[in-house]
Amino acid sequence: MSSTLFDKVWDSHVVRKIEGGPDVFFIDRHFIHEVTSPVAFLGLKSRGLKVLYPERTFATADHNTPTINQHLPVEDPLSAKQLKALEDNSNEYGISHWGLGHQKNGIVHVVGPENGITFPGATIVCGDSHTSTHGAFGCIAFGIGTSEVEMVLSTQCIMQPKPKKMRINVNGQLGKGVTPKDVALYIISQLSTSGATGYFVEYAGDVFENMTMEGRMTVCNLSIEMGARGGMIAPDETTFAYLKDKPLSLKGEAWDKAVAHWKTLKTDEGAKFDKELTFNASDIEPMITYGTNPGMGIGISKQIPDAEAVEGGVATYKKSLDYMGYNENDAMIGKKIDYVFLGSCTNGRIEDFRAFASIVKGKKKADHVTAWLVPGSHEVEDKIKEEGILDIITEAGFTLRQPGCSACLAMNDDKIPAGKYAVSTSNRNFEGRQGPGSRTLLASPLVAAAAAVTGVVTDPRELL
Amino acid sequence: MAYDKFNILTSTAVPLPLENVDTDQIIPARFLKATKREGFGDNLFRDWRYNNDGSPKESFVLNNPIYSGKILVGGKNFGSGSSREHAAWAVYDYGFRCVVSSFFADIFRNNCLNVGVLPVQVSPEFSEKIFTAIYDDPNTEIEVHLPNQTITIKSTGAQESFEINSYKKENMLNGFDDIDYLQNIKGEIESFANDLLL
Repeated sequence: MSSTLFDKVWDSHVVRKIEGGPDVFFIDRHFIHEVTSPVAFLGLKSRGLKVLYPERTFATADHNTPTINQHLPVEDPLSAKQLKALEDNSNEYGISHWGLGHQKNGIVHVVGPENGITFPGATIVCGDSHTSTHGAFGCIAFGIGTSEVEMVLSTQCIMQPKPKKMRINVNGQLGKGVTPKDVALYIISQLSTSGATGYFVEYAGDVFENMTMEGRMTVCNLSIEMGARGGMIAPDETTFAYLKDKPLSLKGEAWDKAVAHWKTLKTDEGAKFDKELTFNASDIEPMITYGTNPGMGIGISKQIPDAEAVEGGVATYKKSLDYMGYNENDAMIGKKIDYVFLGSCTNGRIEDFRAFASIVKGKKKADHVTAWLVPGSHEVEDKIKEEGILDIITEAGFTLRQPGCSACLAMNDDKIPAGKYAVSTSNRNFEGRQGPGSRTLLASPLVAAAAAVTGVVTDPRELL
Repeated sequence: MAYDKFNILTSTAVPLPLENVDTDQIIPARFLKATKREGFGDNLFRDWRYNNDGSPKESFVLNNPIYSGKILVGGKNFGSGSSREHAAWAVYDYGFRCVVSSFFADIFRNNCLNVGVLPVQVSPEFSEKIFTAIYDDPNTEIEVHLPNQTITIKSTGAQESFEINSYKKENMLNGFDDIDYLQNIKGEIESFANDLLL
């Protein structure tokens, strides 16, 4: 019988099926960070439980870490306490810990793949909804709550009903200046933030086949923003080439054996999905959001839609535009912006910095714009230096910060002030997401770079 | 963490008829810095509920004494966004035991079930009926009957049934959580793990 990639990975990880209930689902790799794990460890302690397989869990500090002066003690006492709790808990239970200052420290969804912890066909969870990123490698990867973190620590399993299956095909050739971020924002704008709730998505078609692993990670990362628990792409030669020789990847004969298995991880001809959608690459232009959820995105040359033209509640829509200080039918091009944020688990990888540099090269940052350029990891930071990108951005008036989640969720000091507009390469434009009262325009690194040098929303195709 | 058993809940309800209420609104990220599960209810809907100086925003429903109760009725796509269980903790800690919506985001729904908050998904029509009933009379009581899987507007008698899988239902009725279950089948899990390649 023909089955989907998702079925193959899911079914091979079911320990037990419960009649009328969820599956007992085995987790191959578990990432933890400082914010959603402390209460899980408290739970373990109060129940007197051990960590069943400490070698399957990996800890990194990222959510509330500072992005400057990382060699100094963390000033915020609450953040410092969470970081210390992560370190102490990791040490106590024998979990590998890449804390602040460690050469491998960085955003969990950047360092996992970079080090070969992620591998095709794996089941991966983390107390972070953007765990869906790892689906780029043909994994079933999704975010969990803290109770489930405790379950994984103590039993390496969670209880999950099997989601429905959706396939999203995008075929054709992407236009100039159209990036994986734009593909994802376009799909979300078509489906809305709840359009894929209850589903696990497989992305297929030549647009994804031709994408780099960095691009695939950006797309899978944003799966949660249309409500899907996760999204995945079948592993192929691009996947294997990325993972080969990573520090924790298999080596020698074991690698060859694994690759042979990974090649079977694809959807069979004739396999059934509960829902299938197809889009054309040529319909996608550089995207930008104008509202307070990631589904409120449009092509950068378009105008903000009428409330009447938008599905859902008019009151909610108007509240959203009111928060943003925008009106129906406004053009996005030319809107003044105050901040630019390049980074996050969505767009904090080397390709994103290359893209940003390709626009700002030979230009100057607009005087009134504050720009925060935050690499996803030290490895990304090192590559930025090695490839000469640091020289290009420095010449253009930008500085580089140190790795972390930073202004994506503003748990550290990187907060966009109330009322200010930020073009951000991150994943959420919710009210106050980047700091109380902040206004976020989600976009690609190219759009962010174009705004950074012009000070207004600008079509990056004009600068390429 | 243990929670109170859920059986039949009869209570007035608090209306919040906005769509796409995300977890950053339910509990903003800057309040996630605790290492214990305490005090999250104080910051439930923080930025909608309080001004920057900490004074209450009178227009927000939680600050309106007319509306109270253990049931929160939200708009479509409630709980979208991040996986922070702190959002469900905040809802529980504030005193809600049930959230009603015509559509829930997945992770939030899951987190609610794990912490003792019952997510009740109703049809858009029934959701409208509840909002109308509450706005007509804020003292309207709603009955959420978990054993029968029904939700009833007491004043009008309007009723609808809701879905919950039988495993989670048993858990809620008894105050059990998944860890209790998983601990009991550890041997089965270990033998499964022994057969894995990686």
